[in-house]
Amino acid sequence: MDSFIVISLIKVAVIFAALMTTLAYLQWVERKVIAHIQVRPGPYRVGPHGLLQPLADIVKLVTKEDMLPPYVNKPLYLLAPFLAITMSLLSISVIPFGPEIEVAGHRTYMQLTDLNIGVLFVLAVSAMGVYGIALAGWSSNNKYALLGGLRSSAQMISYELPLSLAIAAPLLLSNTLSLRELVDSQNRGIVPLSPLHGLIPQFFSFGGIWSWNVFQRPFPQIFSFLIFLIAGFAETNRVPFDLPEAENELVAGFHVEYSSMKFASFFMAEYANMITVSCMATLLFLGGWVPLWPAEYGSSYVPVAIFAFAGVMALYHGMHPGRRRDRYTLPVFGVVFLGIAAIFLLPMVQSWLAPLFWFCAKTGAILFTFMWIRGTMPRFRYDQLMGFTWKFLFPVAMVNLLVTGFLVALRP
Amino acid sequence: MDVIVFLVFAIIAVVCAINVVVQTHPISSAISLVGVMGSLAVLYLLLGAEFLAAAQVIVYAGAVMVLFVFVIMLLNAGAEARKGRSLLVQLLGVPLLIAFLGLLAYFVQRLYPQSTSVHFGGFTKGGAKEVGRALFTTYLLPFEVTSILILIAIVGAIVLARKELD
Repeated sequence: MDSFIVISLIKVAVIFAALMTTLAYLQWVERKVIAHIQVRPGPYRVGPHGLLQPLADIVKLVTKEDMLPPYVNKPLYLLAPFLAITMSLLSISVIPFGPEIEVAGHRTYMQLTDLNIGVLFVLAVSAMGVYGIALAGWSSNNKYALLGGLRSSAQMISYELPLSLAIAAPLLLSNTLSLRELVDSQNRGIVPLSPLHGLIPQFFSFGGIWSWNVFQRPFPQIFSFLIFLIAGFAETNRVPFDLPEAENELVAGFHVEYSSMKFASFFMAEYANMITVSCMATLLFLGGWVPLWPAEYGSSYVPVAIFAFAGVMALYHGMHPGRRRDRYTLPVFGVVFLGIAAIFLLPMVQSWLAPLFWFCAKTGAILFTFMWIRGTMPRFRYDQLMGFTWKFLFPVAMVNLLVTGFLVALRP
Repeated sequence: MDVIVFLVFAIIAVVCAINVVVQTHPISSAISLVGVMGSLAVLYLLLGAEFLAAAQVIVYAGAVMVLFVFVIMLLNAGAEARKGRSLLVQLLGVPLLIAFLGLLAYFVQRLYPQSTSVHFGGFTKGGAKEVGRALFTTYLLPFEVTSILILIAIVGAIVLARKELD
């Protein structure tokens, strides 16, 4: 019992620290990615390659004057950012990052807690997150903020329907609501499920990527994966669905009256929601920490290859620097990457580092898609936004669920 | 431990419920109602009905109450004015309330004596599988009747909204 409490506290500390760092640096990554899409260097002043920019931003946000406008509804105005950030950070507590591991003789899961209703818990918590935005918009007593809050609550209610239906389809395949069992169900090789099994070449039946829910027999969940991603974009108020904070119509939307740390908590809530959606997409559709192909075929050397390649690239560009400062910074990055590649080769950490790598790689790929789309897509018009979910996404998600349910019921 | 958590959330639920009536502003009442729903979900969780708890939060707190708040915000309803109460209410209100609560407590005590009260964690049929099975076998008829009722309500709402259009 005592060791359980100690282990849980350590896990909370580790996950909290990792999450906060990720939140801060996600914003740096996003600015860099969008900058490179738009052919400019992005943050470059604070630290090498702008790496200390998040720290500077935090200092700026903390030391700013904390305004409390006189015309706001005070209790709800103060409650709203608190609700938003709490609800967005809460869902990370059920997300598993890897399988059961053994540290210093104690077996534990790379997860804070495994609820047997984990998926529903994440849905419930994210549903409560709407209140943060809606109340912020209403209590600010500002017409732009109110419009932002209204748009956001209408949008979130509408997109929650296709989102839930898209989640239900892979749950039918996996037959569980616990997030860890969900990944376990995608971890085994293909068992003969469909009547078409004889037609499937042997190549597809060795597990790995073909046992993920996106490609799972009897019905690949590729449609519900796309629906989940689209609805997830809308739930997190990201481009192209960022109507609640459309700056050219609404100044800044629902957080127009917020400053300093209260503004920062909305900002953090948005990024934390992005991470949650990406983690959920990874767990539900992309097999969690299951590698692309089984470890017996050498998938654990993929991270080594990637990091070694990155290190060699950085060293090469350090030899031929494009900017003066790169001559010193890029070799350092190169050595760091090569060091990480070497760590992945150590057999004693491989058992937990490799699953963690695959989980982070998949989540990161989805997060990159978020940024990529922000860099390339214009914003929806409001009636298009509503028409899209009710007339297109919802029926498609419904048909997808029905077909999946039908095929699962036919499964021998 | 269970009893402490139960008492904390039961008190929160009751206070929020009273707050729904006491608050003059619709938004504050709606938020208090969300508090009631949330504490009820925790109570379900304590009893071992985890699916019901999640459904309570998702459906009531997450969907129904968001719609309430949305409509209140959309209509921009202001604070209610407090009207003068009639003499009858002033005199008999509190005593009648106490009498009613006392009667309620008495009947609950009579119907469910101490020995048959549900103890925490004793209920293990609260998972999604059990709820689904019960819903589609034992309680299939009430379930279907409810869905038809809701369907009628949806059709009615559409008919009412249509009338305004043309």
